[in-house]
Amino acid sequence: MSEYIDQGRTGESVGIVEKQFFTFAEPPDRLKLESGSSIGPLTIAYETCGTLNKDKSNAILVLHALSGDSHMAGYYDPNDSKPGWWDIMVGPGKGIDTDKYFVICSNIIGSCAGSTGPASINPETKKEYGTDLPLITIGDMVETQKALIDYLEVKSLLSVIGGSVGGMQALEWSVRYPDMVRSTIPLATTTRHSALAIAFNEVARQAIMADPNWNDGHYYSDKKPDMGLAIARMIGHITYLSDESMRKKFGRKLQNRSALSFEFGAEFQVESYLQYQGKKFIERFDANSFLYITKAADYFDLARQYGSGSLVKAFLNCKSKFLIVSYTSDWLYPTYQSKEMVKAMKKNNLDVSFCEIDAQWGHDAFLLPSDRLDNLIKGFLRSIPYET
Amino acid sequence: MKPDQLRYDLKIIASWIKPGSKVLGLGCGKGDLLLWLKKEKNVMERGIEIEESKVVKCIEKGISILQGDINEEIEDYPDNTFDYAICSQTLQQVYEPSNLIHSMMRVAKMGVVSFPNFAHIKVRMQLALTGRAPVTKELPYSWHDTPNIRVLGLNDFENFSNQVGFKILKRAAINTKNNHRHGKMVNFMPNLFATYGIFLIGKE
Repeated sequence: MSEYIDQGRTGESVGIVEKQFFTFAEPPDRLKLESGSSIGPLTIAYETCGTLNKDKSNAILVLHALSGDSHMAGYYDPNDSKPGWWDIMVGPGKGIDTDKYFVICSNIIGSCAGSTGPASINPETKKEYGTDLPLITIGDMVETQKALIDYLEVKSLLSVIGGSVGGMQALEWSVRYPDMVRSTIPLATTTRHSALAIAFNEVARQAIMADPNWNDGHYYSDKKPDMGLAIARMIGHITYLSDESMRKKFGRKLQNRSALSFEFGAEFQVESYLQYQGKKFIERFDANSFLYITKAADYFDLARQYGSGSLVKAFLNCKSKFLIVSYTSDWLYPTYQSKEMVKAMKKNNLDVSFCEIDAQWGHDAFLLPSDRLDNLIKGFLRSIPYET
Repeated sequence: MKPDQLRYDLKIIASWIKPGSKVLGLGCGKGDLLLWLKKEKNVMERGIEIEESKVVKCIEKGISILQGDINEEIEDYPDNTFDYAICSQTLQQVYEPSNLIHSMMRVAKMGVVSFPNFAHIKVRMQLALTGRAPVTKELPYSWHDTPNIRVLGLNDFENFSNQVGFKILKRAAINTKNNHRHGKMVNFMPNLFATYGIFLIGKE
């Protein structure tokens, strides 16, 4: 989804934060991946806000989505033009209150914002991994987050919270480490991609791989597949919006002109918007990371992995309390997919709350300022006991 | 919430619930009853409510609740998950009440059903004297915009129990006043003088 939505500096911010790094699986150790391959060493970039209490029971793990990073809130520098991607939610007195909780966010592996990913240097070849990096799953991402949580000496998480691909990680946490997760908040997410979601991801990946600069993923010393990545991002943006939001935002309005010009430039506002989003994205994101993370999201299937095809069975050993939120206009992960997980959780007698928020902004709605979501998360977290 | 802030009919329902039990609230609104039971009787609460704004209020209070249609959502619970399934002032809005009662009796050991009494003397008098569809404090809608599509009297529910096959374990016929905060039991001709009926039901 589109992190870095422009947002005003409303409310109090956590202030200055610092990106930190944690490296593990150093020789002779390696981390075994779900694919059967292994990798090491691994570096995780992470940030924390708030203070860990004495018995380490107030830790919350925030999980970012496809294009996010560890910078969830605050500023690196007082002159930064924008705060972290979820500054509207994470901060003093906000939905995830940093006066009460110790909030952790790490960059997922496979990404390109400090954690090990395809653009990292492979210690064996001293060159960027490129597509030599083994494929990574949502489970692998969670495994590395677990290593970080162990390193921070947190035994039990008060909550794991994430939207979209971050929600998949949250769900994976609740199933993979049932004794460590006291509550889970999956927002606008799914337990497995529909054919529609895989289809969009595949078209986006094809756009990158068809870029002549892609060079099988080994482009780091040369021109980058910018055009492919920009198109991939444009496709993504279509899925993050909705028919209604596009109608309200753009309609058939023209960009900087009053009449059709009978040429192939960006004439409609929606075209110009998508091109702008594409251009902005290539400045901060690695095309290979886009391939790795979308593939991980497509592979994610809780029922297959933990329940031999049954979602009910997948949640069998789960102990977490859940707050599941979907959005009426989200056509990437429609409400019926959230209801499927609710149903499976009910059949396991799990403590689950579910709310479908009426919103016109499509999948992106979970990142937009919303008192409703703030209050839901705040109230739900208040009901999770501190003691472990 | 203190017990005296609870609506009178909910107070009666609350008094029937055993401490520490598991309770499902069907159409539980903003969750006043479930919150009270959770705090004062240490129940394990689950609610189902269709209106988003009310669901949000429940979650803000820390109540476990699902947004959805009670007829659908009740289906996913395994048999005998709950000690009580409470359907407070909602039965008259349900399209197939007998199906819902069956489901309640499947997922819970006992059920609580309450509804406004359509056989109350005011209702009867209005219809008799004005010749028009009755509108009362308890059933305040006009015929064309009412959600209350299954209006019934206390005696109707007694009959219904025989037809559908459940037992009435307890009954309370009440009259409420002061915005439903206060009220009293109606023992004399309840089907004529009670504004609300509350029933504790069990399996046959």
